[in-house]
Amino acid sequence: MPMAADDIAALIRAAIPDATVEITDLAGDGDHYAARVTAESFRGMSRIAQQRAVYAALGERMGGVLHALQLTTAVPN
Amino acid sequence: MTDAVHARINDIVSNNDVVLFMKGTPLFPQCGFSSRAVAILERVGAPFESVDVLQDAEIRQGIKSFSDWPTIPQLYVKGEFVGGSDIMMEMYEAGELKQLLSEQGVINA
Repeated sequence: MPMAADDIAALIRAAIPDATVEITDLAGDGDHYAARVTAESFRGMSRIAQQRAVYAALGERMGGVLHALQLTTAVPN
Repeated sequence: MTDAVHARINDIVSNNDVVLFMKGTPLFPQCGFSSRAVAILERVGAPFESVDVLQDAEIRQGIKSFSDWPTIPQLYVKGEFVGGSDIMMEMYEAGELKQLLSEQGVINA
């Protein structure tokens, strides 16, 4: 059961308020997404910690309704 | 039951320098992310052990809590969790993966 791009972005922003979230629907099927999450609050965190924060925002959906999410995290330049 | 699975996983990552938990096998990956992870390891020339989580339901679930990471593939080097395929790709592109593997004595610099 696919998930809408806006819903993914909203969940991430709710958990990481300073995040800029760009979602790309990779296959045009509403099921394979790429997310780029940029947040000042990521500064000083390892890549693993940054991605864990995003996964935490998505909760149980990750690996469930949301099975294919390519994830990039970054701090603003 | 979780403890037993975690003990199994701990044995696997302790006894192998480089371990990729993946869907399918290096020759026949069953998922694009796993396929990409295999390609990266082959590109850096790192010998690795693979565990097909599709063949082992306990490990498929157990690895998520063991690593505190919800997705597969997952890469371990010398018992330490490195990340999933996106982190592997970022590290590969930045030259950091090769650096890590050579620092750990897994590949020659």
